[in-house]
Amino acid sequence: MDRGIPIEISGLSKHFGSVTAVEDLSFTVEPGRVTGFLGPNGAGKTTTLRMLLGLVRPSSGTATFGGRSYRELSRPLETVGAALDASFHPGRSARNHLKVTATAAGLPAARVPVVLEQVGMSEFADRRVGGFSLGMRQRLALAYTLIGDPSVFVLDEPINGLDPEGIKWIRGFLQNLARDGRTVLVSSHLLSEVQQSVDEVVIISRGRLVKRGTLASLELDAAPSTIADSPDRPALAAALDAAGLDYTEGRGGFIVAEPDPARVGHAAFVAGVQLSALHRLRSGLEESFLGLVSGGVK
Amino acid sequence: MPAMRALGAEFQKVFTTRMWWVLALLLVAYVAFLAGGLGAFFGWAVEDREAAGSAGNAIVPPGSDLAPLIYSFASSVGYVFPVLLGALAVTGEFRHATLTPTFLAEPQRSVVLGAKFASQLAMGAGLGLVAFATSVGAGAGALALFGLDTGLDSSDIWALIGRGVLAMALWGAIGVGLGALVPNQVAAIVVVVAFTQFVEPVLRLASSLNEVTASVGRFLPGAASDALVGASFYQVASVGTAQSLEWWQGGLVLLGIAVVATLVGGATTWRRDVT
Repeated sequence: MDRGIPIEISGLSKHFGSVTAVEDLSFTVEPGRVTGFLGPNGAGKTTTLRMLLGLVRPSSGTATFGGRSYRELSRPLETVGAALDASFHPGRSARNHLKVTATAAGLPAARVPVVLEQVGMSEFADRRVGGFSLGMRQRLALAYTLIGDPSVFVLDEPINGLDPEGIKWIRGFLQNLARDGRTVLVSSHLLSEVQQSVDEVVIISRGRLVKRGTLASLELDAAPSTIADSPDRPALAAALDAAGLDYTEGRGGFIVAEPDPARVGHAAFVAGVQLSALHRLRSGLEESFLGLVSGGVK
Repeated sequence: MPAMRALGAEFQKVFTTRMWWVLALLLVAYVAFLAGGLGAFFGWAVEDREAAGSAGNAIVPPGSDLAPLIYSFASSVGYVFPVLLGALAVTGEFRHATLTPTFLAEPQRSVVLGAKFASQLAMGAGLGLVAFATSVGAGAGALALFGLDTGLDSSDIWALIGRGVLAMALWGAIGVGLGALVPNQVAAIVVVVAFTQFVEPVLRLASSLNEVTASVGRFLPGAASDALVGASFYQVASVGTAQSLEWWQGGLVLLGIAVVATLVGGATTWRRDVT
């Protein structure tokens, strides 16, 4: 295995007719860590990954693995393992899917039981894929990525459809790949889904890059705010207005743009409004993420 | 070598799903029914012209050679099966979204399509062997029952069977071309069934009514296929006496259709974005 191959995306754009799916996207994915590729549904994540893998032709720009496009790789499955939509012929068994792949890629058939074991699918190897759950298909798709023992992994929503045990398993799986010095790019539309697995984040919205950096840097961006709720919400809203505090109404109360809960409590006290909740917003990361991607919409 | 790897993978794809033997079984049943049943009916009509009356004379002109007619049912009605298998080899990849893993393993798309073309030529030849084994088995059995000549000691019959297997092989490749042109699986199946079972028979019958149209009609794929094989029940059923193509011309027409359809499909639908 050839370690240390970065993914380089440069000025990548894709237009479907008049619709712009990806616009002038540039970022690099470094080896040795797990990079989360995040954005809401329809942000252009899958289109970007498909351009990277030579399945969709870019309107402009380039996407390469250590300087070579996917189509230029002489033995692609031994460089890049990609899992996109976990679709298989329903009438073919898991083992036979991997055998076909091994033949097409010129890999020994002996790899097939090895990778089935790696993803915990050995006992389902000879069942037809048509009867598989989404989680089992996701595991088979991961077996497909492993068959050539590649140094780069590109996984589109691999956690989608996994049960809690599967999610725990894939976290360890991703971390092990990165520890080996491999390059790992994992897309998701939910930051919370991957925040325990990723070291770096690349966030896109509406086809454009809105943020790239470490997970910690994203946390710093999070503007701390306070949650406040009252049995009499209109009265609380009036009190916040009177105190000149910005807020949005959520299900669990008002999210007030004020880091100090004491000041929010004081505003309510002054107006004589009873509070039923008053605390600091903890999920700063998710808030920061949502702020970034909705900021892209504006 | 990438081409050999792709070819091996295409054969594995065919043999790891059930479609190939389902189609082979249907082919055997269909050909056995027609070759055996009509062999027995013709045998009865020829042997007992009195009982069959004028109908017997109309269906089987006195002195016509029954054996090649009956054996050629393998290709003259069976050719729809290799076309279907070939078309499904392409449309199945679109339908089940397996183009993604296929093109990830072999990013040179023309190599994949070339491997499908070659593998379906071989699958068509295999189905051809099965079909002719059936038509000769059932047909010769029926003819022998009525004491008629089975022709199995004639080298002409064996040459006909060889050309018939070649025709079936070319039909498999035509299926690949059709699938590349019409990647929607349901649409491709409708095209195959409608064209082979209805459109072409009607066109062939209609074109045989007039000298000019007959000279065009013999280039219809089914007519070209029958010319390649050298015998068909159409030659008995057809109204006019249009000259059919030479056997090798028929073969070239089929090969041309297969190659052109595959190249056009390969330059259009096969190159599209896989989303």
